[in-house]
Amino acid sequence: MSDAARAIDGAALGATTAASVPRARVRREAATYASPYVAGVGIGLVLLLSFVLMGRGLGASGAFSSVVTAAVDAAAPSHAAGNAYYARYLGDGTVSPLRDWLVFEIIGVVIGGLASAVLAGRARWTTERGPRITNRRRLVNAFVGGAAMGLGARLARGCTSGLGLTGGATLSVGSWLFVLAAFAGAYAAAPFLRRAWR
Amino acid sequence: MAPFYEFGRFGDGTSLIVAILLGVAFGWFLERGGMGNARKLAGQFYFTDLSVLKLMFSAILTAMLGLFWLSWAGLLDLSRVYVPETFIVPQVAGGVVFGAGFAMGGLCPGTSCVAAATGRQDGLALVGGLLAGVFVYGEAFPLIQSFVDATARGAWTLPQALGLSYGTVVGMIVAAALGAFAGAEWLERRAERPAEPREAFQ
Repeated sequence: MSDAARAIDGAALGATTAASVPRARVRREAATYASPYVAGVGIGLVLLLSFVLMGRGLGASGAFSSVVTAAVDAAAPSHAAGNAYYARYLGDGTVSPLRDWLVFEIIGVVIGGLASAVLAGRARWTTERGPRITNRRRLVNAFVGGAAMGLGARLARGCTSGLGLTGGATLSVGSWLFVLAAFAGAYAAAPFLRRAWR
Repeated sequence: MAPFYEFGRFGDGTSLIVAILLGVAFGWFLERGGMGNARKLAGQFYFTDLSVLKLMFSAILTAMLGLFWLSWAGLLDLSRVYVPETFIVPQVAGGVVFGAGFAMGGLCPGTSCVAAATGRQDGLALVGGLLAGVFVYGEAFPLIQSFVDATARGAWTLPQALGLSYGTVVGMIVAAALGAFAGAEWLERRAERPAEPREAFQ
């Protein structure tokens, strides 16, 4: 960890208060994270570099489309070719849908995320959940929530990365509408999910 | 002149190496900011930890101002930078569904990859859910294609929509972000206070 990161961690640690025992555990772990402003500026610079080098921004959900298309194509090639959505990712069929810019970018995300977590001592086999639900319930929620996000992201043609960050920085109208709608949907659903998190 | 790939300064193979390197940096900063932790992200929706808002807005401001200044200095051709296309109705509808899933799952597609990579089983389950959701969408596509392609507006930007200059809109977003940061800090200070009696009975 750099001196700057240590200073940020120290400042964050000083600002925490231990309200109860489980809280204190949560807060102490959270305090080791970098400031969201610092991490955000870092991601902004990566995004800017992507615009400068490639002329395109970062993304995430598109990589999932490529993976699903590759799987459907492997299992049922004629079915995939007959579907206009998969066909777009298959192209002329000479190149695998996995040879895609976003798939490579997401491989990088996995490597970078793991490297950061290992160096910070945060990589471990566990389940992050609220204090009042079981691990099993949390995994079901994660799967169902993920499925809803997969559907929503494809309907909108992007997610919090491709629309939120990339479209946000390029001032795309649809991207800003998506972000506002996503926060509205999340805040509308949150009261019903309180037991899962609080 | 940037963007370099667009002007043929490097080829397709190199672009995939660039993709991995940019992804590594993206994943690194997501994890540093705590975005691989679903509990931390979920705090956004209960006003206890607004890191998601702060991180997203900081990233958007940085890249937006960088694009603005580089194009103003004549170093980058903005017309060669991809702007996500607008489809008003499917993007608002998809956003609401996505947001509800975000509150339930606690991670978004990019952060779920970080969570899964760092050993979070909930991250892995969410990745599985995403693949299932995309598969359902793909299978349903022939039925919903007319809805998905409705209200197309192309590469439509806020300056065009609002009839304002690029610089004015950039300034407005900077002001909105600074206001959002101040609001987020205030909400987090409020959440630090001891629980009020009303909450004790929940």
